[in-house]
Amino acid sequence: MSSTAQAIHHEEHHQGFFERWFMSTNHKDIGTLYLSFSFLMLFVGGSFAMLIRGELFEPGLQLIQPYFFNELTAMHGLVMIFGVIMPSFVGLANWMIPMQIGAPDMALPRLNNLSFWILPFAFVLLLSTFFMPGGAPAAGWTMYPPLVLQGGDSFAFMIFAIHLMGISSILGSINIIATILNLRAPGLDLLKMPMFCWSWLITSFLVIAVMPVLAGAVTMMLFDRFFGTNFFNAAAGGDPVMYQHVFWFFGHPEVYIMILPAFGIISEIVPTFSRKPLFGYKAMVYAIACIAFLSFIVWSHHMFTVGLPLGAEVFFMFSTMLIAVPTGVKIFNWVTTMWRGSLSFEVPMLWAIAFIVLFSIGGFSGVMMALVPADFQYNQTYFIVAHFHYVLVGGALFAIIAGVYYWLPKWSGNMYSEFWAKLHFWSSAISVNVLFFPQHFLGLAGMPRRIPDYNVAFADWNMVSSIGGFWFGATQLIFVGVVIHCIYFSKQKAASRVWEHAYGLEWTLPSPAPHHSFTVPPVIDDTKLAHGDISH
Amino acid sequence: MSSSNCKRRIVGAGAAFGALLVSMAAAADPRPWQLNLDKGVTPISQQIWNLHMAALWVCVALGILVFGAMFIAIFRFRRSKGAVAATWSHNTLLELGWTIVPVLILIGLAAPATILTREMYNATGSQMTVKVTGYQWLWRYDYVSYDGKPITKVPTIYSRLAWDSNAARQLDSGISPYSVVDKQTGFHDYLLDVTHPLVIPAGVKVRFLITADDVIHGWWVPDFAAKRDAIPGIMNDAWAKVDKPGIYRGQCYVLCGQDHSAMPIVVKVLPKDQFNAWLAEQENAATLDKAARTAQAAPQKPAPAKG
Repeated sequence: MSSTAQAIHHEEHHQGFFERWFMSTNHKDIGTLYLSFSFLMLFVGGSFAMLIRGELFEPGLQLIQPYFFNELTAMHGLVMIFGVIMPSFVGLANWMIPMQIGAPDMALPRLNNLSFWILPFAFVLLLSTFFMPGGAPAAGWTMYPPLVLQGGDSFAFMIFAIHLMGISSILGSINIIATILNLRAPGLDLLKMPMFCWSWLITSFLVIAVMPVLAGAVTMMLFDRFFGTNFFNAAAGGDPVMYQHVFWFFGHPEVYIMILPAFGIISEIVPTFSRKPLFGYKAMVYAIACIAFLSFIVWSHHMFTVGLPLGAEVFFMFSTMLIAVPTGVKIFNWVTTMWRGSLSFEVPMLWAIAFIVLFSIGGFSGVMMALVPADFQYNQTYFIVAHFHYVLVGGALFAIIAGVYYWLPKWSGNMYSEFWAKLHFWSSAISVNVLFFPQHFLGLAGMPRRIPDYNVAFADWNMVSSIGGFWFGATQLIFVGVVIHCIYFSKQKAASRVWEHAYGLEWTLPSPAPHHSFTVPPVIDDTKLAHGDISH
Repeated sequence: MSSSNCKRRIVGAGAAFGALLVSMAAAADPRPWQLNLDKGVTPISQQIWNLHMAALWVCVALGILVFGAMFIAIFRFRRSKGAVAATWSHNTLLELGWTIVPVLILIGLAAPATILTREMYNATGSQMTVKVTGYQWLWRYDYVSYDGKPITKVPTIYSRLAWDSNAARQLDSGISPYSVVDKQTGFHDYLLDVTHPLVIPAGVKVRFLITADDVIHGWWVPDFAAKRDAIPGIMNDAWAKVDKPGIYRGQCYVLCGQDHSAMPIVVKVLPKDQFNAWLAEQENAATLDKAARTAQAAPQKPAPAKG
């Protein structure tokens, strides 16, 4: 195996820089491109967040005009969702799925290249709206009409960018489905796949189902704005609330698109460092499928105050609360995986434990908000801001970082600095709570979201939150340092099985992994599956 | 931020906290370092508060259970302490248990929530109707009916951000938000005060018809738990029966453009007799005003053109 790997490495050295990185059809190189791109976007979206928290540091306007503030909140959301969380999950999928199922590459390599290279252009378009007359669209990432239609013509660029992002993620998902369904090594049944593959298989179907819905919603708006239709124009018989229904029919599954792969990553990491098979593997698979199904019938819980009929309020309350059940199963199963294990706390495990805690806190506030009457007091306040940042930063982002620390030695062939990675962890885990926990209090005290300025009674917790924000933002620079050091400067070589109890096919390959993962299908040993042998 | 400003904030926070301890019964304006939802002043808002606290305690209990188990595992089953991993990986009974028990807990929360939602949706029997219209960036209030009679003479109330807040909120205004104070109560009402508040009677079930005329806004008074999106082309309704007179404040909660943070809601609840007097006064003033204007307008008509 290692001589083959060397031969392949040798071969890849013939590729020039341009050919390797721009024309690549290799799943690892494209995975690296995805991850690098989302890493860059993390700092773009993060810099917007820093400006937002800077303005909110104290009451009164000090730094920016309110309209620019609204541009920032809208772009922060769009960049973080479509530019960071989603592409980084696709990057992880690109790297890991072929290696985890014993395939040489993704099933559709050219499509893979296309789906990545759409993204930089989409984001150049999106970010260029800042420099257009009238500025960037400033109606939140949800882009509700009629407000969003009041902005400048940059609106059309945003819509085109969203179409491109949608196409990119649909192509990526088609590729993942094709790979998982066709390229599994002989003997690797679906119910023997690692959880990460399962989570992505289900996520891919969600992406394909809902991205066209978003495209439909924004296209109707484009027509309203430029071609004289009146889908959402109340003055001509249209309905602004219909946009919200269509948007959230996309938007709620989108929420799970951003968390299911995180569940997959955590389900890989927890058993490894507990030295014990994943508890209830089948239940974990069914729970993900169940969450994915339920995600289609809960969308109106984003709209409890728009004036839905009573029956709809009650239905969406029940269906939303139902999601807590499979989600609870996942959390209980992770904790039970740790129970009676033999735990060690390497960096990926620390991030995974923090994920379980922070995601659960976000889940708790989610259950509270599912209750219609209570939601009337939380809706559109900082309580919801706290909630979705707990699940998206403490949840999705922490899982991505956990995944990077788990697999980076496999990718680069080098170990990273344990000290700096732990510093990164502790600093992030503390500051993220300083940043977001006080936002619960602000919301309960009645502070609405998306405001650049506020009453002085909200000043103190906002200042605490901003301090946490700057701290968390600065901490991520450590991450850049750790990753660059690991790839280019680390002298400590990684073994092929980087973590003592890490099972799964990716750990049978040398570190760094060869350019083409499995040129010969590996033999599946049921006792060496990542999640344990489920046959008995 | 200057250090004097910082000191003022700390002193202000201390004073506000002291005031909070002295008079818990005061109308619940937001307070520095406030942690929790206020009970509010309507039966609905108080029931919501109970539901909120019940849900919160359920979450706290589950959190203690789950995180407790996890931290016990973290401290007991460490490899560094010589823990040897078990090999089991499923337990049907346990898994059934933690599927069914959460369902029961959720039903326990959803049942009272459903009953309360029905109650919130029941605006029948209201004795007063006020139409609320959101504009960029002010609220317009039209009295529609009271005690079974239409109100026609009371002029529309245009309720926009108070001028002292408006001066202070401009970028680089040089005016500290802390200097904006309600002279009667001492409350720092920066961005929470309006030129003309909505006035309603105490002890009367008031129905708010909520709509908007440009983009979507949101009308919300937390102490009433009356909250609905104000949407162009759609008439939503909410209601409140406030027994305690006072000044109640809220803010537009749906992003509505650049001055979204500058369209507060202030509702002044007067005892019923005072409200009736206020209403009569408004009606008289409107009649007099109209008469005066017709009288003023009449002689101007035949005035010769200039030049």
